Amino acid sequence: MSNRFKSRYDDDINLFEGRWHMAQYAILAALLLAAPWVLGNYYLGELTAVLVWSLAGLGLMLISGHTGQVSLGHAAFMAIGAFTNLALMQRGWHFLPALLASAVTSGVAGAVIARPILRMSGIYLGIATLALSIIVEDVSIMAEPVTGGVAGVFAPPISLFGMEIDRYATPEAFYYLCLGVLVLVTLGYLNLLRSASGRSFLAVRDSEVSARALGVNVARAKTLAFSLSCAITGLAGALYAHLAQAVNYESFLVLISITLLLQVVIGGLGSVHGAFFGAIVVVLLPQVIAIASDYLDNTAGIQIAAYPGLDTALFALLILLMVIYEPRGLYGVWFKVRTWLQLFPLYRKGMFRRTRTYLKTERQR
Amino acid sequence: MSLLQVKDLSISFGGVKAVDGVSFEVKAGEVFTLVGPNGAGKSTIFNLISRLYEPSAGQIIFDGQDITGLPAHDVAGLGIARTFQNIELFDHSSVLQNLLIGRHCRRQTRWFEELLFLPKVRRSEREQRLLVEEVIDFLDLAPYRDKLIAGLPYGVRKVVEIARALASEPKLILLDEPASGLSVEETQNMAWWIEDMQKDLGLTVLMVEHDMSLVSRVSDRVLAVAEGHPLAMGTAAEVQANPKVIEAYLGTEATS
Repeated sequence: MSNRFKSRYDDDINLFEGRWHMAQYAILAALLLAAPWVLGNYYLGELTAVLVWSLAGLGLMLISGHTGQVSLGHAAFMAIGAFTNLALMQRGWHFLPALLASAVTSGVAGAVIARPILRMSGIYLGIATLALSIIVEDVSIMAEPVTGGVAGVFAPPISLFGMEIDRYATPEAFYYLCLGVLVLVTLGYLNLLRSASGRSFLAVRDSEVSARALGVNVARAKTLAFSLSCAITGLAGALYAHLAQAVNYESFLVLISITLLLQVVIGGLGSVHGAFFGAIVVVLLPQVIAIASDYLDNTAGIQIAAYPGLDTALFALLILLMVIYEPRGLYGVWFKVRTWLQLFPLYRKGMFRRTRTYLKTERQR
Repeated sequence: MSLLQVKDLSISFGGVKAVDGVSFEVKAGEVFTLVGPNGAGKSTIFNLISRLYEPSAGQIIFDGQDITGLPAHDVAGLGIARTFQNIELFDHSSVLQNLLIGRHCRRQTRWFEELLFLPKVRRSEREQRLLVEEVIDFLDLAPYRDKLIAGLPYGVRKVVEIARALASEPKLILLDEPASGLSVEETQNMAWWIEDMQKDLGLTVLMVEHDMSLVSRVSDRVLAVAEGHPLAMGTAAEVQANPKVIEAYLGTEATS
């Protein structure tokens, strides 16, 4: 058990709580940087997918986890980001400006939609955002010059600083690109959370009425959070387009919106870690199920593949269990394990006894 | 000089006139208390002053400025802070974070500066923290600084909410039933703190409270209201002795 005494205000302001904490993240960074040498191309591709979905999850976490506004339509902003990026690149833009444009377009789209939509709360907000996702789905079929209609658009190869980056030809370069974007966004996210804007988001989530009485312009805070959230998701959409190499309206169905929400709920609403944990589960669980079914087929002769929809069912079961037994998601589990280790012989069973908490969107404001 | 002037304030919800032509003035530096039976409109008056409700008639003048048309989020910046009857803290944040949110109306940085965490942001965070620490010191909250609100006992939460209001550096603090649900000792502490706020910090306090021992102890003036109307004004003893007030609380005496 390590006891760290704070001696300066900076101890609370800094990103890392002391050396040991920093060392942990240095190890994680080293592992991530070394991944292309360790993993084969297939698994590197899966890891890249985890990074991209983590980025999309971060976007949704900002608005749903930290500002308390449910969105069932974030695939719409992935679509806006992806189509903007590809359309501009096909018109001769370089990758980086096109990537920035994806973020800006989705962010602006988010800001425009935010004002009317965020007047609603709870189930009504859920339905409105769901409708948004469906509308964007239809628009991506109709806006053929930009989105390629039903056929969709192919992702042109990326050239960056004189380097050709292609998901299949140079998977490690694409992996590093995604890692770089994700790290930058995460740093910006954490910076916001440790300053006034981030605190105003939390205030809006927990009690709108007292946020307002303390001088938080609630409409503005929600709009900013939604817009930033959409910008991050737009970035993820652009990277996803290059990961998938081709996107059409089917890449961003409502189902993706719902999967994203499940991802942040499984990961743990209201924690940055949660976006990452959730992405790991969402991307890797189908793989784990596939490997397990192969194994069972080979050893016991049980053919799981004969039952279609089993992976979806397992996924659903996991979510059910999660919501019932651990509403704070995988982050909650991780937090408990960490506390248990830190306190080792002194951990008490009732330490994390739950009080009734849920998204307070239905609360009187 | 009066810091807060309320003139002919009225509001109705549907057909119910919750507040009907209430006028009073709060002098700078005094403790002014609103008393009255349940449903008298005391909390509604608070919500009107903090601009959460829109009055149907009347004017609110704070520090020489008419605030009747201001949006609610601009009121804190002018120097009006408040607490709520049913504690409205940010449950999933620590005491420290709650107090820092209390300083939101004094923020000096913009979101894109915060995104990059420029040196200016760090400087401002340190300054804000220093001022928050003064409040923590004032209300003896140091043991709870890093605790989550969700795990704190009720009495402490009451104090944290006052601390959060004080963190915004107000001129006028509105306390909505600061002693409700507190033990005798905690009420005693609350009385001291209200006296300290008035004497050491030079604050003006506008309070709604039912505990008459606390009211008599700290208030300079008391206004009794019932059914949205003002009944009597004066010292705590005068108001308590007023026949109209007694009637409002206990009903009319049976005629023999």
